[in-house]
Amino acid sequence: MMPHNSYISNSSLTVPLQYISSQGEPLTELGGKNELPDFVNDKALLLQAYRWMSLTRAFDQKAVALQRTGIIGTYPSSLGQEAISVACGMALEKDDVFVPYYRDHGSQLVRGHLIEHLLLYWGGDERGSAFGPASDMPICVPIATQASHAVGIASALKIQQKRQAVLCTLGDGASSKGDFLEALNLAGSWHLPVVFVINNNQWAISVPRHIQSGAPTLAQKASAAAIPNLQVDGNDFIAMYEVLTEALQRARQRKGPMVIEAISYRLSDHTTADDASRYREQDEVDKAWKNEPIKRLQNYIFQRGFWDKNAEGCLQDDCQTQIEKSVMAYQRIEAEQPEAMFDHMYQSWPDVMDDQVVECGEKYKRNFLTPEYQYSGLK
Amino acid sequence: MNDERLKNVNLVEAINMALNYSMSHDDSIVMLGEDIGKNGGVFRATDGLQDKFGCARIMDTPLAETSIAGAAVGMAVAGLKPIAEIQFMGFIYATLEHIICHAARMRNRTRGRLTCPMVLRAPYGGGIHAPEHHSESTEALFAHIPGLRVIIPSSPARAYGLLLAAIENPDPVIFLEPKRLYRSEVHEVNDNGQPLPLDRCFTLREGEELTLISWGACIKECLAVVDQMNAESGSHDRIELIDLASIKPIDFATISDSIKKTGRCVIVHEAAKTCGVGAEIAAYIAEHLMAYCKSPVKRVTGFDTVMPYFRNEQHYLISELDIKAAINTSLNASF
Repeated sequence: MMPHNSYISNSSLTVPLQYISSQGEPLTELGGKNELPDFVNDKALLLQAYRWMSLTRAFDQKAVALQRTGIIGTYPSSLGQEAISVACGMALEKDDVFVPYYRDHGSQLVRGHLIEHLLLYWGGDERGSAFGPASDMPICVPIATQASHAVGIASALKIQQKRQAVLCTLGDGASSKGDFLEALNLAGSWHLPVVFVINNNQWAISVPRHIQSGAPTLAQKASAAAIPNLQVDGNDFIAMYEVLTEALQRARQRKGPMVIEAISYRLSDHTTADDASRYREQDEVDKAWKNEPIKRLQNYIFQRGFWDKNAEGCLQDDCQTQIEKSVMAYQRIEAEQPEAMFDHMYQSWPDVMDDQVVECGEKYKRNFLTPEYQYSGLK
Repeated sequence: MNDERLKNVNLVEAINMALNYSMSHDDSIVMLGEDIGKNGGVFRATDGLQDKFGCARIMDTPLAETSIAGAAVGMAVAGLKPIAEIQFMGFIYATLEHIICHAARMRNRTRGRLTCPMVLRAPYGGGIHAPEHHSESTEALFAHIPGLRVIIPSSPARAYGLLLAAIENPDPVIFLEPKRLYRSEVHEVNDNGQPLPLDRCFTLREGEELTLISWGACIKECLAVVDQMNAESGSHDRIELIDLASIKPIDFATISDSIKKTGRCVIVHEAAKTCGVGAEIAAYIAEHLMAYCKSPVKRVTGFDTVMPYFRNEQHYLISELDIKAAINTSLNASF
């Protein structure tokens, strides 16, 4: 699908690109100038987006509950940022490369990750990153380092003369890090097929956006690398999807990198280990709820006659059923044997360190004595 | 098999030969680093390679070490075999987050779905009258990291064969080049594409009474001492010299066999003493070989000081006399 607007070259955009109001009304009906893109008539596409966003939110709620009951570990909710995440997932082609950070559950679901595998990762099991699209990177925890990997991957695609694009996500905090700025510099210098999305949810744990940078926008950091950039209302799926589709298409056509700052709000704590009430006012959060992305898209599809209460009820039931099934599937996956920690350190574990594998088995027997225990051997 | 015996090859030329051979035989190999293109690297390790293989495969990067390592991780994951050059080891620390948190863990954290076959090359060590930050030996930092291999060659032929092996290896390899040896000696090198085994050390001299273990530039002084002492010893060669070469993993089997034979061990390294790789070898001997030891393990190392600037670096660097003194102490000591 080719977008009808070219915001990439539209330097006159002074406010974040937005198509529908927080009540789901087209801004054109409220005196706005930007005509809605054609794909808003694609009922199937909008419903698909709405379903993924709803599933993402339901999964988030469940994951937080699972952490509270000790079934998974610390978990970073993406509450309020579902439009960004799902738009990223949907705008990517299957063979594009996604380089996510740790708040990208929505994109991961759209990209084909199973819920049980997401739970596996957050449940402390490496196998959670063993699945998903073959070329996608696992989620990245060390802040902004994924930006360097994204330029490396984009560079490889260019050298290999492939026509895919790379999409890299990061938070507002990550935009302060040297890795991101170096990555922008390299992406601009080498004209790489990579798109960066800054999920500006206003908070990096307890540090608000205004402390993060003196720059009026985070997007403009790309200007120093001569990379086109713009701000988008990250709670407006239609705007996010349009800009992402165009930016990725541009990258595939070898027209260079782009930076998108998606303005949103972290409605949750940073992670389940955080208590945001220590550092931000509830008033601010209450106000932000009025702009949240799911209700907005829901209002729009209701107004368009694409959706009704009955469909909504069915969707919520479907999400719950799917999640419950996945949680059960996750809980059936047994932990790996202790010696599995050696299996993937190198292609083959150096035989000069074999004694450590033996020691691991002995340690296990000593601490978790089970007479029938026997390791099946290194691969 | 291309059997091209070249006489008079120095270590940096051997590096260049290995890079040239690898890039000629594997299109997925690319190089990135500062000044490696037209300039051929500040030590000329990549001399002529950009002319031969083009700018797409020999990439001059912006002056940003973090990006060099991070982009190499991305390239490796995406199916290339990047060889990244850090101009001096003193500038390698900006790469650590990518090397430790990503390169070394990618295979493990994805259970083998993604791998990170890359080589990070850097000249290291002192003795060339270089400016501040250009003389350190911090190989132990990398040796401590699970998932990495750390290789240090000490002759042109081993530089050639070990670099080929590092490039062929499917995991990340830190390849540290003793820059004091870059042009100090020439040897015959056979440009036949034959890699040497990784995780094996090299017994350079056989002897009966003491095992001398070293790596990198110190091998030069060790060889001089061992050859002199063995020549003077008459009936049998007294000193066995092992070039560790693979700093991680360490080939303890070879070390073990040697110490079981000689019963004495001296370890020589230029790096600072505390938590140096010599400590790991000494600990292994204490754990496994005490019954064979006739005298305590002795270390000859750099001090726990900042490497002095070059006016005084000779007071830090290991000399032949230092090595000889330690060997004699060990030979004359007992429990």
